[in-house]
Amino acid sequence: MLETMLGNYFPILLFILVGLAVGVLSMLAGWLFAPNRPDSEKLSPYECGFEAFEDARMKFDVRYYLVAILFILFDLEIAFLFPWAVVLNEIGMFGFIAMLVFLGILVVGFAYEWMKGALEWD
Amino acid sequence: MDYTQQLFEQMFGSEWGMTVFILAKNLFYIFVIVVPLLLAVAYLTFAERKIIAYMQIRVGPNRVTFFGIPWLRGWGQPIADAVKAIMKEIIIPTGANKFLFLLAPILTIAPALAAWAVVPFSPELVLADINAGLLYILAMTSLGVYGVIIAGWASNSKYAFLGSMRSAAQLVSYELAMGFALVCVLMMAESLNLGDIVKGQQGDSLLNWYLIPLFPMFLVYFISGVAETNRAPFDVAEGESEIVAGFHVDYSGMAFTVFFLAEYANMILVATLTSIMFLGGWLPPLNIAPFNLIPGIVWLLMKIAFMLFFFLWFRATFPRYRYDQIMRLGWKIFIPITLIWIVLLGILLQLPESSKELFPLNLWFK
Repeated sequence: MLETMLGNYFPILLFILVGLAVGVLSMLAGWLFAPNRPDSEKLSPYECGFEAFEDARMKFDVRYYLVAILFILFDLEIAFLFPWAVVLNEIGMFGFIAMLVFLGILVVGFAYEWMKGALEWD
Repeated sequence: MDYTQQLFEQMFGSEWGMTVFILAKNLFYIFVIVVPLLLAVAYLTFAERKIIAYMQIRVGPNRVTFFGIPWLRGWGQPIADAVKAIMKEIIIPTGANKFLFLLAPILTIAPALAAWAVVPFSPELVLADINAGLLYILAMTSLGVYGVIIAGWASNSKYAFLGSMRSAAQLVSYELAMGFALVCVLMMAESLNLGDIVKGQQGDSLLNWYLIPLFPMFLVYFISGVAETNRAPFDVAEGESEIVAGFHVDYSGMAFTVFFLAEYANMILVATLTSIMFLGGWLPPLNIAPFNLIPGIVWLLMKIAFMLFFFLWFRATFPRYRYDQIMRLGWKIFIPITLIWIVLLGILLQLPESSKELFPLNLWFK
């Protein structure tokens, strides 16, 4: 199994585990060597010296939601562009024009959201 | 290597010996990458303080030394900083979700390190030579956003929450521009394998590098990389004068240091990817005697250092962008430019052979 193409992914799995281990171990080192003397003032949430008025997990601006939606759309577009770019030479003119049509439709959507002001931050 | 393999087979029996041998070999290679990487991160912070200091006509850290050796003045600084960070208390605020609060830094550093699994240092020196290398790196860098969002939410502080929303929106916006710029590299290289992308830039000189035909994409990619790593001039997320320190305002001690390490590891990663995809990776600038005798990894490291210098230079030079300006640059300037460039490049690549030969000095569109 380790000789196959999938076997190439084994070092990656190990590397991810080592990455996690680096994070966990350094936090553990902090926990082991650092002092731990909490008191209620020290553990209060930081709001520039004032008491917190309410829970911090409040409503947030809808524009962040909009950016997230647009990101999902355009990331999908990139996901479609990647295989197209890799085999562009083989699929020739037809494949190129097909992708131009796809890009054209997405550009119409992009222009619409631009005109609607979805990309404005004021 | 055969000898070590035999040793393992003697120790664990012929059935388990092979598995343990492969495990140990890969772990050894991973440490050979990770330990210098963490050292590079430590000394990048030192380089940053020194270089910005010299740009501002002062000297920077020059006191801490190793074993009292006078000419190493200042070089002990990153080590002293690390020791200090370990000795500091980790404060977990009362309102915070403890598990997520401690998970967030780990989720940030793990992908920043794991992305190095597919980076080729020279034609032979690559840990995992996978065909979907670029996709893997994109996936890993995208995972960093989770750390930011979880950190901001888990702290249960308004400043951390707002900082993480801003940071995450900025990261995903610039990821798009980065992805589109990479599509152009793929159209030229016709492979997702990072080693093949470098081989596609092979030639007589640096004129063959993708830097020249894709120069606007190089700019878009690198500037997006600066924004991706939350570095100046795009560091509103941690704009200390506006929203204190962004998503990691409630972090202290080692928990904060892990975020810090991840940010600098990501900077080195962006510099490396820029060198691999636009500056010809391990290739020498001129394929003649004195240059091509130097090993490829030295060229790659020199290019990484060159790109890293820009990060520090930007920080010493530019004032911070406003948040709406950052979003406008990402959505209204970079994305249209990359879309136009993809179409133009596609037309150029579709031209018939005879008309491509008419281009003066044509090295790229064959």
